Amino acid sequence: MWIYEKKLQYPAWVQGCDLKIAKLLFAQYGGPDSELSAGLRYLTQRYNMPIPEAKATLTDIGTEELAHWEIIGTLIYKIVERATPKQLEEAGMGPHYIQHGKDLYPHDAAGVPWTAAYIQAIEDPIANLHEDLAAEEKARTTYEHLIQSTNDRGVIETLSFLREREIVHFQRFGETLMLVQEHLEKKIYY
Amino acid sequence: MKINKERLELLNEIMALEFSMVDLNLYLDTHPCDEKALIIFQQYGCKLKPLKEKYEDEYAPITAENAGNRHWRWIEDPWPWEIDYEMGGK
Repeated sequence: MWIYEKKLQYPAWVQGCDLKIAKLLFAQYGGPDSELSAGLRYLTQRYNMPIPEAKATLTDIGTEELAHWEIIGTLIYKIVERATPKQLEEAGMGPHYIQHGKDLYPHDAAGVPWTAAYIQAIEDPIANLHEDLAAEEKARTTYEHLIQSTNDRGVIETLSFLREREIVHFQRFGETLMLVQEHLEKKIYY
Repeated sequence: MKINKERLELLNEIMALEFSMVDLNLYLDTHPCDEKALIIFQQYGCKLKPLKEKYEDEYAPITAENAGNRHWRWIEDPWPWEIDYEMGGK
C-alpha cells in the first residue's frame, strides 16, 4: 500500500513562464522514458524477483518514481497556471489546451498518449533489470536534453536533481543485477 | 501560494532530511549489512521525527493520520504543487 505525504520530494520552483519547456516536460510526464513509465515498470516487475534485495529495490525505486512524477507535474502546473490560452497556443500547446485545458494529461512532448506498451515485464529477472538499467540511462539523457532547452533557473535546478536520481537508480539496479546473478549461479552449482 | 518564511524553512528541512533517508534506504536495499549506513539512517530518523511533529503541530498535517486532532485539517490548502518554494539561489 501507499500513504500520501502532503509534500514534494524536492522543492520544485519555477522562475518565469517558459511555456516551451512546459510543453517539452511532458516527455517526462507521459513519454516512453517518463517517470510514469519508470514507476509502473518497476512496481510491476517486482513480484517474481528471486531475492529480497531485488524486491526491495524495485518497490522503493518504483515508489520514488511516483514522487518524481509529481515533481514534473508540479513544474508543468506552475508554468501553465500563469499563461493565457493565446500564450499556450503560441508555445505549441494549443492542441493540449483544446483537449485538456490547463489540466495535466499523461502524453509525451508531442502529444502522444502514454501506453503500457512502453514497459515490459517478462519474469526473467536478468532481462527485466537490464530494461531498468536502460530506462534510467534514457531518462538521464532526456533530462540533459531538457536542461539544455531552458534558461529558467528553477526548472534547471529541479531537473538537475531528477537527473542525479537517474544516476543513483542506475547504480542501485547495477548492484541488484549483480546480486541476482550471484544468486542464480549459486543455485546452479549447489 | 505563499507560505510564511518559518514554515517554508521547516518544510524544506523536513524534505531534505526525508530525501536523505530515501537515498540511504535505497543504498541499504543492496547493502543491508553496512552498519555505518544503518547508523546514519537511524540518526536522520531521530532528527526527522521532532521536526515533523513540530510542523504538523504548528502548520499542517503531512499525513492524514495526524489530520484530525481538533478538526479535519487534511483538506486545507496549500497542496504540495501549489506552494511557492523559491529555493536555491532565489
